[in-house]
Amino acid sequence: MNIYSVSWLELTVLVPLAGAVAVAVCRTDATRRRWGIAITGAALGCSLLAWIGHETGASPGGSAAWELFTRAFGFRLFALDGLSAPLLPLVALLHFLTVLATTGSNHTRWSVPLLLAGEAVQLAALGVRDPWPLTLFLALGVLPAYLDLRVRGMATRVYAIHAGLFVALLAAGAVLLGAGASPAVGCVPLLLAVFVRSGTAPFHLWVPDLFEKASFAVALLFVTPIIGVYMAVRLVLPVCPEWILQALGFVSLLTAILGAGLSIVQTDARRFFAYQFISHAAMVMVGLQLNTPISLTGALCLWFSVALSLAGQGLVLRALESRFGRITITGFRGLYEHSPPLAICFLLTGLGSVGFPGTLGFIAAELLAGGAVGANPLVGVVMIVAAALNGIAVVRVYFLLFTGGRHQTSVPLGITGRERFAVLVLAALILGGGLYPQPGVESRHHAAAVTLRDRQERLGSPVGAKHE
Amino acid sequence: MNHYTESLAFLVVAAPALLLGALGVASLLDRRWSEPETSRLIRWAVAVALISALGLVAGMLATGEPRVVLDLGNWVEVHPHGAGADHPGYHFQVKLVFDQLSIPFLLLSLVLCGTIGAFATRYLHREPGFNRFFVLYASFVLGMVLTSVAGTIETLFVGWELVGMSSVFLVAFFQERQAPVRNGLRVWVVYRVSDAALLLAAVLMHRMIGAGDFDKLLGGGAWPGGTASVSESQALLLGLLLLVAAAGKSALVPFSGWLPRAMEGPTPSSAVFYGALSVHLGAFLLLRAGPLLDASPTLAVAVVVFGLLTALLGFLTASAQTDIKSALSFASLAQVGIIVAEIGLGWRYIPLVHLLGHACLRTLQFIRAPTLLQDYRHLENAIGGRLPRQPALWVRITPSRLRVLLYRLAIERGYLDALLALLVEKPFVKLFTWLDRLDRRATDSLAGENRDESPVAWDHVPPPSGNGTGHHAALGHGHGNPPHTPNDE
Repeated sequence: MNIYSVSWLELTVLVPLAGAVAVAVCRTDATRRRWGIAITGAALGCSLLAWIGHETGASPGGSAAWELFTRAFGFRLFALDGLSAPLLPLVALLHFLTVLATTGSNHTRWSVPLLLAGEAVQLAALGVRDPWPLTLFLALGVLPAYLDLRVRGMATRVYAIHAGLFVALLAAGAVLLGAGASPAVGCVPLLLAVFVRSGTAPFHLWVPDLFEKASFAVALLFVTPIIGVYMAVRLVLPVCPEWILQALGFVSLLTAILGAGLSIVQTDARRFFAYQFISHAAMVMVGLQLNTPISLTGALCLWFSVALSLAGQGLVLRALESRFGRITITGFRGLYEHSPPLAICFLLTGLGSVGFPGTLGFIAAELLAGGAVGANPLVGVVMIVAAALNGIAVVRVYFLLFTGGRHQTSVPLGITGRERFAVLVLAALILGGGLYPQPGVESRHHAAAVTLRDRQERLGSPVGAKHE
Repeated sequence: MNHYTESLAFLVVAAPALLLGALGVASLLDRRWSEPETSRLIRWAVAVALISALGLVAGMLATGEPRVVLDLGNWVEVHPHGAGADHPGYHFQVKLVFDQLSIPFLLLSLVLCGTIGAFATRYLHREPGFNRFFVLYASFVLGMVLTSVAGTIETLFVGWELVGMSSVFLVAFFQERQAPVRNGLRVWVVYRVSDAALLLAAVLMHRMIGAGDFDKLLGGGAWPGGTASVSESQALLLGLLLLVAAAGKSALVPFSGWLPRAMEGPTPSSAVFYGALSVHLGAFLLLRAGPLLDASPTLAVAVVVFGLLTALLGFLTASAQTDIKSALSFASLAQVGIIVAEIGLGWRYIPLVHLLGHACLRTLQFIRAPTLLQDYRHLENAIGGRLPRQPALWVRITPSRLRVLLYRLAIERGYLDALLALLVEKPFVKLFTWLDRLDRRATDSLAGENRDESPVAWDHVPPPSGNGTGHHAALGHGHGNPPHTPNDE
């Protein structure tokens, strides 16, 4: 027996699930918050062990001697591969840092239980490989955000319409493909479901709506892992005909520009963030469409970079909201003096999201732009323009929030220790991954090659030959 | 290349990189160096880089090597395997080239950065943003060094971006005022256009020759020799992208409007950025890409035209400025335009010497700018009367109506800002504001809400003290309001 005899993969899912139930019955906010930190920290630890076990071969695919689910039900539900193994700690980390950076002022009765439930479902979706359980967990994943809206007494209609559409399309696609329909028929509803989940135009309206109405933490954690991309890689890419991928690329390209342009003219910080997500998620999608080893590697790298960068940006905005309430960006606020680390982190994560040199996103953007130009120069040009617009949007909001005046207050507004830890961890990952990118790129290239080989075997056509 | 030159070449880049790391990490951790420590760090880092560069030059002179190439290998490489294994893979090569172009520019950068760094530690003594200034300054030094010695377009791009980022945040250095911040944003917008063009050129270069190595693109001979390894049309395409990149960075027409705006920054950064180094980066890039200009006469003509237009605009506008930093910045622009035109004409050493001389002179003028009135007084006291103010010959012989027209053109800085605002900024903002309105309406109709009638009680913007409460921000004239939500989360 050794440390990998325990199924860390299963525990990664079960710990937050059990934690959600346990925390729901806690009586005070402080207790819930403490338990929330402990549980998300434990989930992060389990996910790291599952990842390390997979990478080192000690527990390939997350397999272990003591698998609770296998013993109870007789079949193995959870399994890892090169694509999903690093995603688990990523998602667990985002949840841990978000709960850690939560202050007393931005806490409600159900915040932590919903976050934990959402974490369990997202980790479960990333931890399964079979289409049916994946479909189930993806469908369940829309519930925490819906419940958050209900708990807060906010209008749910826009979100509910999109979530319902997503679940219906997902189910239709799974049923059609399961029933042996041709990939072209089965892929269309799945592709539309991917569009809805990723906020691709014209199915993007729920994203700003959710950010305006839900708690920032729930909305942030619902979107930043960009589960739609995972869904596309797992369910759509392996079986999807070329023309459908091209449709995905075209719509995503338009969305990337639309999101970037709209984020420049926003007057509310949450809506700015929502459109930044829409644009970045669409850029990752474009990389999937190009369907070449280099572009897919770039897309998978960009996915990581965007998830970390947007989470960092989101945490900074949330920290500001906990001090000032909802943040408008119609005028200069001059907050730099009160908390330089928050300003620096916002800038760093913002520049990271647009692929500034030295950050995690740089090589990803280079790979993706290279793959795009190789496939179609126009696609490359549009992607570079979208990245430039996103860069303008980020710096504009940085200036509006942190400069242009000097905010006067009689109470201290400096960063707290927990917030500092959260932003420093994200900054370290963004910079560390940017300065030493080779392991990350190699891992994503391997995952891309496996995905494309799978596609090649299923469709029986050479991959990427036309492009490169 | 022996171990000696290799180590020195490495130190040239490593010293500023370590400087940035030391200052940047401390800032991130909110543990700042004291003023004397910062000053020492700057001094030592620039001194080590400069001495290494001089040692390298001495070694090259001694051995008669016309160029030293330090290939640091691939920072990132993706080897083809698995599905689609026939793809060419990807590599990000880090290669530094020390030749007759890069070494003069490198020495110029280090000498000026060292001088201005020493000047700035005194100029900004006890300034609240002292630490911020030097973090950005360290980024600039590293960016300049990388750009100067870049042997691949990717390495050049990294330096280019670092220079751009540090420039923008130094323009907005006095960030408690709105004007510097607005100007910083304006500069950033132009730089993003420039960077996008350079990135596209980098990607296209990979596509055309399978690498970002300048040696493969430009023939690999010692500068200024070399022959482009691409066809004329490819040279034109790549060259035009590089020209756009250069135009953004060097404020060539039609991007000249940002240059006087950049003078909002502290004098030391204005001097070294817009008087000396940053403003010449575009010309440096064109000098590096010289063989592309030789391969495409159309490109060469375009470079000459842009250069001359810029020179003309710079000359006219400088004549009508009423503050010394703006006058100097446009005078710089006129010279940069001439340098660019010289490059387009096929000369190589003349523009290089012109660039070096102009950078030194202009730096001196910029750092003397705050004492201009005193200097005038000294001169007038010395000659015992007013300084002569006779109009130039061309002013005297120009008809008065034409003079008025030219004056209007000069005072409006060639109407370039107005044109860009009219043709680019306003349509862009209008289009996306309209799309945003559409989005909001579509969301409202789905939600069954009417946002325009909803209360806007949430809209309480805590006013920053002093100026500017309620001003609308550049590029974002808002409309519509998000719905009221209780204190969120």
